[in-house]
Amino acid sequence: MNSKTTVEYVIEPNRNWLTIPWREMVAYRDLLYLLVRRDFVAQFKQTVLGPLWFVLQPLLLTLVYTVVFTRVARIPTDELPPVLFYMCGTIAWQYFAKCFGGTATTFVGQAHLFGKVYFPRLLVPFSVVISGVFAFALQLLMFLGFVMYFELFTVASSTIQFRPAIVYLPLIVIQMALCGLGAGLWLSALTAKYRDFAHLLTLFAQVWMYLTPVIYPLSRIPENWRWVSVLNPVTSIVEWFRFAFLGSGTVLTAYVCTSVAVTLVLFFSGVLVFNRTERTFIDTV
Amino acid sequence: MIITVDNLSKRYRLGQIGIGTFRDAVARTFLRLRGHNPDDHIGRLDAGIEGHSGYASYKRAQGRSGAWRASESSDAESKPRSEDGYFWALRDVTFNVRQGEILGIIGKNGAGKSTLLKLLTRITEPTSGRAVLRGRTASLLEVGTGFHPDLTGRENVYLNGTMLGMTRREIDSRFDAIVDFSEIEAFIDTPVKRYSSGMYVRLAFAVAAHLEPEILLVDEVLAVGDISFQRKCIGKMSDISSQGRTVLFVSHNLASITSLCTRCLVVDNGRVDFDGVPDEAIRRYLGLNEAVAGEIRWDDGVPCPETDVARLRRVRVYQADGTLPAGMVDRMQETYIEIEYENLCEGEHLAPGLLLRDQVGTPLLVACNAPGFILGSDAWYDRPYGKGRYRSVCTIPARLLNARGYLVTASLGSTASTVHIVEEDVVSFVANDLGDSGCPQGSSTSFGVIWPELAWRTEHLAQGDDQGEVSRE
Repeated sequence: MNSKTTVEYVIEPNRNWLTIPWREMVAYRDLLYLLVRRDFVAQFKQTVLGPLWFVLQPLLLTLVYTVVFTRVARIPTDELPPVLFYMCGTIAWQYFAKCFGGTATTFVGQAHLFGKVYFPRLLVPFSVVISGVFAFALQLLMFLGFVMYFELFTVASSTIQFRPAIVYLPLIVIQMALCGLGAGLWLSALTAKYRDFAHLLTLFAQVWMYLTPVIYPLSRIPENWRWVSVLNPVTSIVEWFRFAFLGSGTVLTAYVCTSVAVTLVLFFSGVLVFNRTERTFIDTV
Repeated sequence: MIITVDNLSKRYRLGQIGIGTFRDAVARTFLRLRGHNPDDHIGRLDAGIEGHSGYASYKRAQGRSGAWRASESSDAESKPRSEDGYFWALRDVTFNVRQGEILGIIGKNGAGKSTLLKLLTRITEPTSGRAVLRGRTASLLEVGTGFHPDLTGRENVYLNGTMLGMTRREIDSRFDAIVDFSEIEAFIDTPVKRYSSGMYVRLAFAVAAHLEPEILLVDEVLAVGDISFQRKCIGKMSDISSQGRTVLFVSHNLASITSLCTRCLVVDNGRVDFDGVPDEAIRRYLGLNEAVAGEIRWDDGVPCPETDVARLRRVRVYQADGTLPAGMVDRMQETYIEIEYENLCEGEHLAPGLLLRDQVGTPLLVACNAPGFILGSDAWYDRPYGKGRYRSVCTIPARLLNARGYLVTASLGSTASTVHIVEEDVVSFVANDLGDSGCPQGSSTSFGVIWPELAWRTEHLAQGDDQGEVSRE
């Protein structure tokens, strides 16, 4: 510990809520690392299958969707093999949902911790988003395995193709994280004040999923209503995944730009609202 | 000055429960739209429920004896603590701390100590005022903050340490010392959920003890763990300050305040009521007037009002080994209450007596060295006194008093029922638990006015599964 560098903490009311403690977050980067580790390790302690659950869960979900929506409801899948279509959408959606759902309960879930020790609160939602990447990476590998299988051993291979857009994957993942985080931070701030939102969370996530082309292609939405769907930043992300990995999907520059803009607004406003709530939430929790 | 606190205040809205839900927020908005003040519709919380009822009765007890009137808290009462639906948990608190000081903070429940610490640790924000902390600060409001039951001891050391502000590299370099201190080497790779509560606390405290910040803010955490471990922790804290680090220490454990702190604040009603040496602060805290702590003398004696047959000269509380400051006793040892008086009338029977009250004025016991009260074995029990000065000492057995403050009322009479002089609450003293109570959780006060060691006898009546047999017999 270097005592020559004098740190000074000033405690004052109404500190400017536009100031986000980025520098402090860097100082606490080791905590971020350990929170990510904790999330990861604690999730699978005392489970037999361990991280296998990361891939089993979307796999089972895909099967359910395939059976229900293709066989029963007969929703078209843009000419793609239904399994690939649903798996692609599910995996993309699930990472977003994890970012969103996992951060939406930050204040209420961590109230005890936040009441006992100070550290930059934003680290907690950030850690959720980062630890989610590991699960997402595993799921993506599984998905690629399925794509390979369909490519090599089925007649569907003609409809599947990788696009060069695939190189943007890291950027898209960051966008998903920011988008989920932005929405999650908003909800966590609202939930800190009004518990009603905790009850709405599941419903909200569900509705959002149906508003996103996860189980149906964007192309099924009538042209003149498509702009509504595009305002939802996740729409473009899910479509991009299908486009990049399977070769079909509606990705237009205008859609992508809208999505990015909405994501950035959501994220930065979310951070500010979170920051505003963080100052005194412990008084009302 | 390493810490400067300037007019720090924290205000809470009362009836906060009422705005916890969205529906209420909507209701408030409607009320506002219709021109009502929504705060009128929110229940008010009286400051009195803040754990002060005992204090209030103490104040009444104080009012009975003129000698106890002091000017204290008249200022506090001029500015009410709760007003217009708001409650001031802390109001205009100002103090400075120099480097290397160990500042104790004591106060009754709800006095504002914890709020003060929450503000200084940045857990919440003040309503007004300002504080500056110059140096790396770590806070310790509970042990084991952020411990995850599924993680091993090792993983939790890192998680908890970084949460308290250390970096991973710092923990690496201190890891062996931490494990050593915790005395649980063998279990360091076991998930902490399988630890006994003692092991858990040891490990958690070991991490905390190896924080090496320039400023350490500690809340009441010594009240966990067994006695020997507590001693170790106190030792560690003294080390910290000898290295020039500054410690702010909130505690109810008066013994550790006296042994650790160099200065002490008494917080009362959201204000700093006293700032000075710990012994005096403790007397203040217990509502004990300094002038009467431990001893009182009357140079001319207190005469009997009508018949001037005897005079009270002196009342004193002491113990065999007088190592504690005046007015403080160790509850584990015998305590002596000495009454010195002068007989002015040849052949008079004198009966010295005393009444012990606790700090809130509850009478605890009456003792009198006279027939009709006890069958005494004292040399001067029920004997005519010659003229001159006498000293009677009453022994309070060890392990009878609780760890709290007591007031002595001294009396002098001819018999147990004919009392000439009563000097109410003239001497005060504090019984301390110096940590040998054998109480494993180290909560060094017990409920109740006294804490005698009572015998227990348990018999095993029957095995759990043949209860029927017993009832048939």
